[in-house]
Amino acid sequence: MIRDHFRVLLVDLSVGKGKITTHPGRDKYIGGSGLAALLFQQYGHADRPWNDPDQPLIFAIGPLTGYFPLMSKTVCAFKSPYHDQYAESHAGGRSALSLRFANLDAIVITGRAAKPSCLAAGSHHLKVRDVHYLWGKSIKSTGKRLRHMFPGSGHRSILRIGPAGEIGSAMAGINVDTYRHFGRLGAGAVMGVKNLKGIVIEGDEMFDLPAGNAYQKVFEKIYNQLTTTGMMKKYHDLGTPVNLAVLNNLKALPCRNLQQTSDSQIGGISGETFAEKTLLRNQACSGCPIGCIHLGYVREKFHKDHRYYFFQVAYDYEPIFATGAMLSVTNASEVLGIIDKIEEMGLDVMSAGVALAWATEATEKGIISAKDTMESLKFGDAGAYKTAVGHLGHGANDFYRLLGMGTLKAAEHYGGSDYACVLGQEMAGYATGEVFYTAQALGFRHSHLDSGGYSYDQKHEEKDVQKAIDFLIADEQDRLLLTSMVSCLFAREVYSKAHLTECLNSVGYTGIAVNMESVKKQIQKERWQLRLATGFKPEKTAIPRRFAELTTWKGKTDVNYLNALIRAYAEKINGMG
Amino acid sequence: MKILTTPRMERCIGCNSCSLACSRLVHKRLSWLAAGIRIMSTGGMSTGFEARACMACEPAPCAEACPTGAYSQRKGGGVIIKKNLCIRCGDCARACPVDAIYLDNTGQPYVCIHCGRCVPFCPHDCLEMTGVSKITSAEDSEAVMT
Repeated sequence: MIRDHFRVLLVDLSVGKGKITTHPGRDKYIGGSGLAALLFQQYGHADRPWNDPDQPLIFAIGPLTGYFPLMSKTVCAFKSPYHDQYAESHAGGRSALSLRFANLDAIVITGRAAKPSCLAAGSHHLKVRDVHYLWGKSIKSTGKRLRHMFPGSGHRSILRIGPAGEIGSAMAGINVDTYRHFGRLGAGAVMGVKNLKGIVIEGDEMFDLPAGNAYQKVFEKIYNQLTTTGMMKKYHDLGTPVNLAVLNNLKALPCRNLQQTSDSQIGGISGETFAEKTLLRNQACSGCPIGCIHLGYVREKFHKDHRYYFFQVAYDYEPIFATGAMLSVTNASEVLGIIDKIEEMGLDVMSAGVALAWATEATEKGIISAKDTMESLKFGDAGAYKTAVGHLGHGANDFYRLLGMGTLKAAEHYGGSDYACVLGQEMAGYATGEVFYTAQALGFRHSHLDSGGYSYDQKHEEKDVQKAIDFLIADEQDRLLLTSMVSCLFAREVYSKAHLTECLNSVGYTGIAVNMESVKKQIQKERWQLRLATGFKPEKTAIPRRFAELTTWKGKTDVNYLNALIRAYAEKINGMG
Repeated sequence: MKILTTPRMERCIGCNSCSLACSRLVHKRLSWLAAGIRIMSTGGMSTGFEARACMACEPAPCAEACPTGAYSQRKGGGVIIKKNLCIRCGDCARACPVDAIYLDNTGQPYVCIHCGRCVPFCPHDCLEMTGVSKITSAEDSEAVMT
């Protein structure tokens, strides 16, 4: 639906009702990240904590969602339990197209339901339904039941939380359609404090196409580039796990809680091994023909009389890095088993894996014991990690409840902050150098996707602070444009500014097309202003000592360069406030 | 006369490119429902996908059920639809044994016309335009004989 405003469903869970609101500003805020910032400005409370019932949970799509391939992502925005500041997390699945065909640009959820509830919304219905009997249930179990309780099979998105979200863990994600996630920074806990176990969005509306044939022509051009040029091969062939071997060879793969940057056993969990030994099939987000979702399978014997069950687990580079390389688990099936447990709990896989890696080293160093971890944690012991994941997801004792609020929180209490692999949040899988450490530690989402710092490290030998920071700022702007449309960032090479302009013009968003350069800077600024207003102090950023001790293919970390980068980036960010 | 078949749905990744193409190219709509082919999971995302599409019945129950002559039998299977004769009663959708006809909120039916325009948009070659005499798989043979 092409419109010069935003059509938003505002739901107040405390009364179980909602209303449609309209918001001007399409040309200024675009959608996605920009729209989420606009809505948080209007409905968020910078001065109140993340778990205040009035804080909004926002889901926003963009002007090109559904109109073009790979415009298939949704932006979730909230005040994060991880740092009590404004945050975003992104996911695909069917969520984006379901919102598009529910005729909504965004959903804003405020209030707290009296009982554990599920919100069901579509173009012609809205209901908040009591689902108290699902409280405590795993992601899988919840999904199976919600599937039968609400209409729209095949053309809806089912979002839900597991036990981790219910206990308010800052590592709790929101599961989207079984295999995708709003994973990081604790969006699941925001649903939990709202007593919101699930959200079912039905996409049951249709729209006329833009007049003329320009749209059809641009669509085919983009579609052909995505599907016939080989540009996307790396994503649908081995997928992102191809990075395991690449980064291992570069000595840039975080291993064994970052005590190493390579592992001689990494062949057991390489992208090639996963593909040859575990890959069952691929899956796609709706509206994306690439199919980058890789589903591995695990078959487990549960009875001596050859009785088996099997399960499917989505794998990618980051989950394998976090539960494989970081934990020294180098058997692909065992890695899938750990990821599966993390899925059941509704935890973020990167956060959980990196947190357990710290807990293992802390155990080795005698800072914590099996009394704290309830299980003897040893690098490589997949069985112990599966049990520990359950404890982390349920918040089984004081140690796990604190660990679930962030590895550094636990380290502040127990000690061991020098080797807590935290860059704003638990690190992503790139020990590539100073620019990446700076980019994640200070980046808006504390994500490797905020900007291409890991790529910059690999392409630049010189240590030019200004040049590196200029790159991070400019790259963030370009990515912000895509996350406002809302595109999958895997398509960033296809959706150049020229192509985005063609796409926008072909559907009638000429106002956005002509102003993209200034708008991306404005959105960047306003988003950082929200972050700063909610308490972010970039100048206080400290990088744990472990990162200073690293040696990669480029040699040992240059601490002076790293500190200069942090100072300069912090200054830039503060300058936007 | 060829018909659209779905012989390799075990390869389907659920991208909906076929549905979106049909809606965009045939019906001039942006929709994943207003299309002659709709993709559903077979019972949750872990179970793979199935296509809801016209099986090219001959005689077609939907044509027999249509009270106004909007539906007529297509040679080789399936139906030809004259939209201007349709009164949006929905009898066609109710008569279809495989739920291949979608009714929008106004009651307008959408059904496959076996044009094949969705086929090139499938990234895994799940779909195929096939001559009726060449259909050999058990599933599709049954469909034609129904």
